[in-house]
Amino acid sequence: MSAGVDGRFRGMVGAFEIDADFHIAPTGITALSGPSGSGKTSLLRCIAGLARLPGKLSVAGDIWQDERIFLPPHRRPVGVVFQEPSLLPHLSVRGNLEYGARRLTAVGTSLDEVVELLGLGSVLARSTTHLSGGERQRVALGRALLSQPRLLLMDEPVSSLDAAAKAEILPYLERLHRTLSIPTLYISHDAGEIARLADHVIYMRDGRIVPPRKGDPEGARRLLAAMSPAEKDRLALAALFAGL
Amino acid sequence: MGEVVWTTLRLAGLTTVLLLILATPLAWWLARSRAWWKEIVAAVTTLPIILPPSVLGFYILVAIAPQSPLMTPLHAFGIRTLAFTFEGLVIGSMIYSLPFAVQPIRNAFEAMGERPMEVAATLRASPIDAFVTVALPLARRGFLAAAILVFAHTIGEFGVVLMIGGSVPGKTEVISTRIYQLVESLQYGEAHKLAAGVVVFSFAALLALLLVDRRAGGAQR
Repeated sequence: MSAGVDGRFRGMVGAFEIDADFHIAPTGITALSGPSGSGKTSLLRCIAGLARLPGKLSVAGDIWQDERIFLPPHRRPVGVVFQEPSLLPHLSVRGNLEYGARRLTAVGTSLDEVVELLGLGSVLARSTTHLSGGERQRVALGRALLSQPRLLLMDEPVSSLDAAAKAEILPYLERLHRTLSIPTLYISHDAGEIARLADHVIYMRDGRIVPPRKGDPEGARRLLAAMSPAEKDRLALAALFAGL
Repeated sequence: MGEVVWTTLRLAGLTTVLLLILATPLAWWLARSRAWWKEIVAAVTTLPIILPPSVLGFYILVAIAPQSPLMTPLHAFGIRTLAFTFEGLVIGSMIYSLPFAVQPIRNAFEAMGERPMEVAATLRASPIDAFVTVALPLARRGFLAAAILVFAHTIGEFGVVLMIGGSVPGKTEVISTRIYQLVESLQYGEAHKLAAGVVVFSFAALLALLLVDRRAGGAQR
């Protein structure tokens, strides 16, 4: 039984085969990278329980799925930030933020903390229709945090934003990174984002979790960019031992 | 004359309320199911649009007649037949207007996509909770359109109502059948009053529907 997230999913999504064996570290951001169409979003949906493939999944020692158990998504303490903000259009910003919180008895992160962390004070009473792209995605992020998740999943949360909105939201994600103490999976194929935000990187290709391809300098660079100095030292040591 | 108008409004109101309750789960299933045979069900529910009202009325009459196997269980409660009764009229009107309730609600459920329900699920809402707090409010314009259509369509029905209601004064006589009888007995003045009322009402209903549609177009996203 390990901390963090351990899982394995194996099966078909349409005509596409997923066979993914993965680990997400108990703290810090784990980036899930790989070419588009490699199954990253499918994997995230399986972890959230929105899609179902045969396999197993445990989060901090709790079983979310195995041969007998399949927790439906609303029973999983998971926060999901989708590629598009997907705010509920009939609710105000506050209504969106509180939607999940109202369904919980446990208290943890408070509305005030999230509003402060994500700079949402000025838009709280507004309808979701008149927000900028960056603001919308911050509300989506805050909404996920307020559902007191024990695992946070983000599916390319900034890729639908223009450069200015991206530049605006990244500092918030970095702040979040420093305060968050739950496992976080962050899908992205932007090396710059990964370098700024990720503590660990896992790489997916053709439905499988793979080490960066041999002779794939781009993949290796991404991997290195996301490593902490200590991890880099260990890698260098291992390379020396191996006689490289 | 007041009695006829009251019967008509009561019939239309009751039909609208009952039909919206019945059509909601059906429309949800049609919008969400991946069963290959769902379009067969959709075709059956749409059939009343193209069937002649006399054909529809005839089969409903057969179904609610005393000899009908559908009525046998009700004999124990002292109900022998629903033909030529107000209750029978409500059932007939519900079948007649079913497509006008299912179609707008199904469209509204389809237009909202899967995502809002997925969002609600990841925010701990159970499926029923999410249906009530997300799907119903997001589809509210579909419900409004369905209510207007069903109400107006029930006011406007003639063939089915005549077949299964028999236009019994005070019980199953409605505006459309009264107009027919007034014209048969050459009381054009009386017929004019009722007919003009129906024209004005129908126009108002359609105008309301178009305004609902326009607001829906402007306020999405």
